[in-house]
Amino acid sequence: MKPIYFDNHATTQLDPRVLQAMLPYFTDLFGNSASRNHAYGWEAEEAVEKSRGQIASLIGANSKEILFTSGATESNNLAIKGVAEMYAEKGNHIITAATEHKAVLDTCKHLEKKGCRVTYLPVMGDGRIDMEMLQSAITDKTILISIMYANNEIGVLQPIAEIGKLAKERGVLFHTDAVQAVGKVPVNVISDNIDLMSITAHKMYGPKGVGALYVRRKSPRVQLTAQLDGGGHERGMRSGTLNVPGIVGLGEACAIAKAEMAEESKRLSGMRDRLRAKFESALDEVFINGSMEHRLPHNLNMSFAYVEGESLLMGINDIAVSSGSACTSATLEPSYVLKALGLGDDMAHTSIRFGLGRFNTDAEVDYVADKLISVVKKLRELSPLYEMVKEGIDLSKVQWTAH
Amino acid sequence: MAYSDKVLDHYNHPRNVGSMDKSDSAVGTGMVGAPECGDVMKLQIKVNPLTGIIDDAKFKTFGCGSAIASSSLATEWLKGKTVDEALAIKNTDIVSELALPPVKIHCSVLAEDAIKAAITDYKIKQGADVAALAQAH
Repeated sequence: MKPIYFDNHATTQLDPRVLQAMLPYFTDLFGNSASRNHAYGWEAEEAVEKSRGQIASLIGANSKEILFTSGATESNNLAIKGVAEMYAEKGNHIITAATEHKAVLDTCKHLEKKGCRVTYLPVMGDGRIDMEMLQSAITDKTILISIMYANNEIGVLQPIAEIGKLAKERGVLFHTDAVQAVGKVPVNVISDNIDLMSITAHKMYGPKGVGALYVRRKSPRVQLTAQLDGGGHERGMRSGTLNVPGIVGLGEACAIAKAEMAEESKRLSGMRDRLRAKFESALDEVFINGSMEHRLPHNLNMSFAYVEGESLLMGINDIAVSSGSACTSATLEPSYVLKALGLGDDMAHTSIRFGLGRFNTDAEVDYVADKLISVVKKLRELSPLYEMVKEGIDLSKVQWTAH
Repeated sequence: MAYSDKVLDHYNHPRNVGSMDKSDSAVGTGMVGAPECGDVMKLQIKVNPLTGIIDDAKFKTFGCGSAIASSSLATEWLKGKTVDEALAIKNTDIVSELALPPVKIHCSVLAEDAIKAAITDYKIKQGADVAALAQAH
């Protein structure tokens, strides 16, 4: 039996309706949307334009403001590098946050080597940025603020509308990596004053390998320096033959999300809250990481104190989730997102991220809760830390032998 | 990551989990590692004063499956050995017995450190010279 999938922040299962919409574009309707001279090209172009409209409609944009990419990593690179190059004469300062995805952080680090100055805002204990710090970080050299809509580990929503309003007042462009939020919570580029926004299909029940970048066309008209040279597709901002089946899938995923978001988010937040309540009633010393008030409906990130994350995952190998533990990451460092919240390494090592999704059921929530509770109890029997805490020892006062 | 059958066996059926009275003069306690590193091992031995043989060994470990398995295995190996024989247990023996991958070698090192720390604690209780012990190890 395959494990129960509770890792929907990593990726989501393709919705069968999305697959159905895509299939003809692999076979009969195989044309290149840039072929202007025959029906094959026209059919493909029509499908691409329909998708653009579906995406635009979900986020309150005009379809001309949507350009297609290979996914959010490319969208983030194009937005940030494209702005940095295009607006280099205006300034060289970028503001972002410590909890951003690596696709944003590493892009900023790359630009620092090219002469840009980057401010990495810390976050507060609840995972949100401090608006006053953002305000005072802006200088006359600031050209871009890049702050994610919702975090991929803790699901915390940033004050996007406030950031957008501030950016507009100060004449600074505002980019947001919205891959975790679009299709899950209402996102509107007009009311949020967003200038650039990264989207990917596979986080919203669409296919992998396709994404989009929203680029505002009016007040202000945002320009980007292209990062790929070639045929000048996508208004010259992103060359390369369009991935028509993928684009059709992204559009369909957006249309489904728009129709079902309200009901789906209610269902998922109900399941999430039940999962949390079960943990909290059965176990002591469990902690929520990040704000519960400003949070995606389908995210739960909890630390099960005194139980190391990887050993916990080993005990629940019929459940697919992620841990902030160093042992589960390639870098052997615990989650930098959790550390940015002020969590000690010890608590970061004990964290588990649950990402619920469209295809999860109530029965799965019950199973996951019961299984996790029993494994945590078993591992706490094994944990010298839990024993010491129960004896009344303050772990922060113990002289550990670091190694 | 795929775990070896032996690691899985120790994780699913850890041997000798528990705690002994730290103040007992026949008990040596070793606690190594740190919570912020993601692993802490507590290993205890109980030495028979007449024979000098380790009669009992217990452990508790906060850490990944390989850390749990390394300390569980260590307690199995310790029982029935003299203190000097126990000192001869090397982390590489644990690595090969559990088929630990390179990224998990530190778990075996920690287990060896825990054994040595427990024996040191026992010897101190028996009146050994702390400075001399430090030099010996």
